[in-house]
Amino acid sequence: MSKRTFSIGGVHPHEGKISRGCPITPLPLAPTVYISVAQHIGAPSVPCVAVGDKVKVGQVVAEPGGFVSAFIHSSVSGTVKSIGPRADLAGRMVTHIEIAVEGDEWADGIDTTDTLVTAIPQDNKAIIEKIRLGGVVGLGGATFPTHVKLSPPPGSKCERVIINGCECEPYLTSDFRTLLEKGEQVVVGAAILRQVMGNVPCTIAIEENKPEAIAHIKEVIAKLGYEGIEVMTMKMRYPQGGEKQLIDAVMHRQVGSGALPISVGAVVQNVATALAVYDAVQKNKPIVDNSVTVTGECFPNQANLLVRVGTPLRYILDYLGGIPSDAVKVISGGPMMGRAVSNLDAATVKGTGALLMLTEAQTRRGEESNCIRCGRCADACPMGLEPFLLQKLSRNADVEALEANAAHDCIECGCCLYSCPANIPLLDWVRLGKGMAMGAIRARAAAAKAAAEAAKAAPVIPSEAKESKKN
Amino acid sequence: MSNIIIWTIAVVTVLGLLLALVLYLVAQKFKVEEDPRIDEVEKAMPGANCGGCGFAGCRAFAEAAVKAPNLDNNYCPVGGNDTMAKVAAILGYEVKEKAPQVAVVRCNGTCAARPKVNDWGGTASCAVKAQLYAGDTGCAWGCLGCGDCVNACQFGALSMDPETGLPVVDQEKCTACGACVKACPKKIIELRPKGPRGMRMFVSCVNKDKGPVAKKACSNACIGCGICAKTCTHDAIVVEGNIAYIDASKCKLCRECEAMCPTGAIHGINFPKPLDKEAIKERIKIRNQKAKEAAANE
Repeated sequence: MSKRTFSIGGVHPHEGKISRGCPITPLPLAPTVYISVAQHIGAPSVPCVAVGDKVKVGQVVAEPGGFVSAFIHSSVSGTVKSIGPRADLAGRMVTHIEIAVEGDEWADGIDTTDTLVTAIPQDNKAIIEKIRLGGVVGLGGATFPTHVKLSPPPGSKCERVIINGCECEPYLTSDFRTLLEKGEQVVVGAAILRQVMGNVPCTIAIEENKPEAIAHIKEVIAKLGYEGIEVMTMKMRYPQGGEKQLIDAVMHRQVGSGALPISVGAVVQNVATALAVYDAVQKNKPIVDNSVTVTGECFPNQANLLVRVGTPLRYILDYLGGIPSDAVKVISGGPMMGRAVSNLDAATVKGTGALLMLTEAQTRRGEESNCIRCGRCADACPMGLEPFLLQKLSRNADVEALEANAAHDCIECGCCLYSCPANIPLLDWVRLGKGMAMGAIRARAAAAKAAAEAAKAAPVIPSEAKESKKN
Repeated sequence: MSNIIIWTIAVVTVLGLLLALVLYLVAQKFKVEEDPRIDEVEKAMPGANCGGCGFAGCRAFAEAAVKAPNLDNNYCPVGGNDTMAKVAAILGYEVKEKAPQVAVVRCNGTCAARPKVNDWGGTASCAVKAQLYAGDTGCAWGCLGCGDCVNACQFGALSMDPETGLPVVDQEKCTACGACVKACPKKIIELRPKGPRGMRMFVSCVNKDKGPVAKKACSNACIGCGICAKTCTHDAIVVEGNIAYIDASKCKLCRECEAMCPTGAIHGINFPKPLDKEAIKERIKIRNQKAKEAAANE
C-alpha cells in the first residue's frame, strides 16, 4: 500500500525530534500543585472541595460546569491550601485549586499496577460513563471532553475510529514514546473506542518517521489477536495530525465547513487519549498525569516526563537542570501550534504535551514586507483558505467578508506563516479574523435561539411576528 | 477624402444625439426622488465620515436624520451642538444640547509602575496580542501599549507616550467619535463629559482583580479599597468588582477622592491649581470630627 497523506496544502518543517530516544520517566512530585478548573474546551468545572480538605490521588476536586465540561481530579495526595485566581500559561486569571503534597496515597478503587487488562466490559453506556467520570479529554491539543465526542448526535453513524499517532508537530515525542512503551494499553484503548462506536474498523495512523512505533504496534495487535484494528503508515506532512486532515488522509473524505468529523462517519482520538481511555475504563484511573516532552536544541537534558497535572513549569525545568541562558522563549506545545508561556510559575494542565525552549536566533521574526502575491500561503493552507486575503480583511475588521471567505475554518496550523517569503504575520491576523467570524456566527445563533425561545414563551399575533422577524 | 471626414462627423453626431436621447429618457424613467434636505443636512455635517454617530458616514447620517421623527437618537459628536443646531434648523426639529465629551484613557500603568514580566515579540497590534494572552505585564486588564487606538483615531488626537507606554489624548483634537473606544480590546478608553473648563475626575484603572493581586501587578492600580466612596459626599463613586467608578453627572470636582486615594489611581485633570493633599485631608478630618460630635450630641 502506498503511503497516504492529505490532499491539499501542508508543509514539511524541520523535524527536530531530538528527544525520541528518551524513555518516559516519572517526574518526582512537586511540593505544591495548582490544579486549574479550566483544563478543557467548554464550561469551566466547579470546585467541590474546601480549603483544608484532605484529598487523595484520583479524587474528584471539581465537577463539570455544563454538558461540554469535564471532571477534574486531584493529581496528588495532600491538603487543599487555597482555591482562588492564579495566572495560567497565558497569564489570564483562572481559578486554581492549590494542594500541598503529602505522601502519595491513591483513592480507593484505582488499579495502580502495571498488569494489562484486556477483557473489555460489554456495556457501552457504562464505558462512556467511566470515561466521563475519569475526566478524559482529547489530549491531542484541543482538550475536547471525550465522552461528548463518543456520544454522536442522533442520526449520525460512525464508520471508522482513527487513532492519531501522527505527531506531525516538530520536536514532540511524547506520543511516539507512549506508542513504544505503552503500545498494549493504547491498542486496548483503541479496541474500547472501536467497540463503543459500534464495532467499526479502527485505524492507528502513524507517520513514517516512526518505524519502531509502527513495527511495535503491528506486533502488539498480532499478539493480542485483535481483528479490525490496523496500522496505517502515513507520509510525513504537517498538519497531518489535524482532525480534518487525518480523515482526508485515511478515509479520503472531506469534512465540510463548520461540520463535525462524525458527519463523514469518522471519530478521531489521539494516542494519549486512547491511553487515558484505557486507564479510565480498565484501571479506574482518571487523568492525573500526562507525558510531557521537554526539549529544544539549546536544552541539553531533553526528556519525556510523566508529569502530574498542575505541576508548576519552573519545577519541571529546574528538575532538568534549569533553563539554559541562551533560551529566550518557552513554548507550551510544539513550534507550529504551541503558544509561548508568559509566566513560568503557571502550572501544567491535562493538555500540556510539551515544553520547548528556543533561542533568540530561532524565535526571531524576519522583517515584514509587502505581499508579493506569490500565493505560497494559499498553496500551503490545508483548509483551502486564502490567508493573504483573510489577513487583509482581518486588518480592516470586515467581518462579513471574513465569514464569506470561511475564516472560521482556519485550524491555526501556521502553514501560511511558515511559507510566507515576505514574513507577514499571516496567522496572527487570520486568527484574529477567525475570532471575529466565529463571534458573528455565535451571536447570530444566540439571537436565533433567543428569538425561538421568545416565540415559544409567548405566542404572538401574526402582525407582531412579522415585525420581530424584521428586527 | 473630405467626404469621408464629413460623413464621419455626421454619423458620430447623429449617433451621439440619439444615444443622448436614450440616456435622457432612461434617466427620466428611473429617476430617484430624493428629499433635497438630505443634501442640505450633509452639507452642514463636518464631513469626517468617521462613523462616530453610529452611521456609515455623514451621508448615511443625513438620510437617517431626515427620515427620523426627531433627533433624539441622532447626534453628531464631532460637530457637536453647533452642527446639530444647523441640522435641526434645516429639518425644523428641536435638538437637546449635549455636554461635549472627550476620550479618557483609564489606565495609568506606566512602565515604572507596572513592570514587564515577559516580552511580546509578535505583531504590533493590541487586538492580536489580547487574543493570545493576558499581556506583557502582570496586569491582565490594562493597556497593551501597541497603539490600536492611535491607529483608529482619524483626528490625530491620540499618541503613545514613549515614557509611560500609554496613549495620551489631545483634548483639543478629540471629537469623541468613539473609534478608539471600539478599537481597544481591553475596553480601557471611555467617553466622559469634558467638564467645566475641561476639569474632570476619573478612576484611571480598570483592574478588577482583588487588591493585593492588582497592587502586585501595578503600583498605580485601583485596589477597590473603597476609601474614595466613603470620602465622597456627593454619592458619585461606586466600588463594584474591586474597582471604583466616578459618575461624572454627580461629581462636583471637589478632588477629595483624589487626595485620599492610596495608590493614586484617581486622576483630576485641567484644574488650575495643583492638588493640595494635606489641606484637603485636614478639611475632611475636621468635617468627620464635627459629624462625630454631632452624632454624640444626639
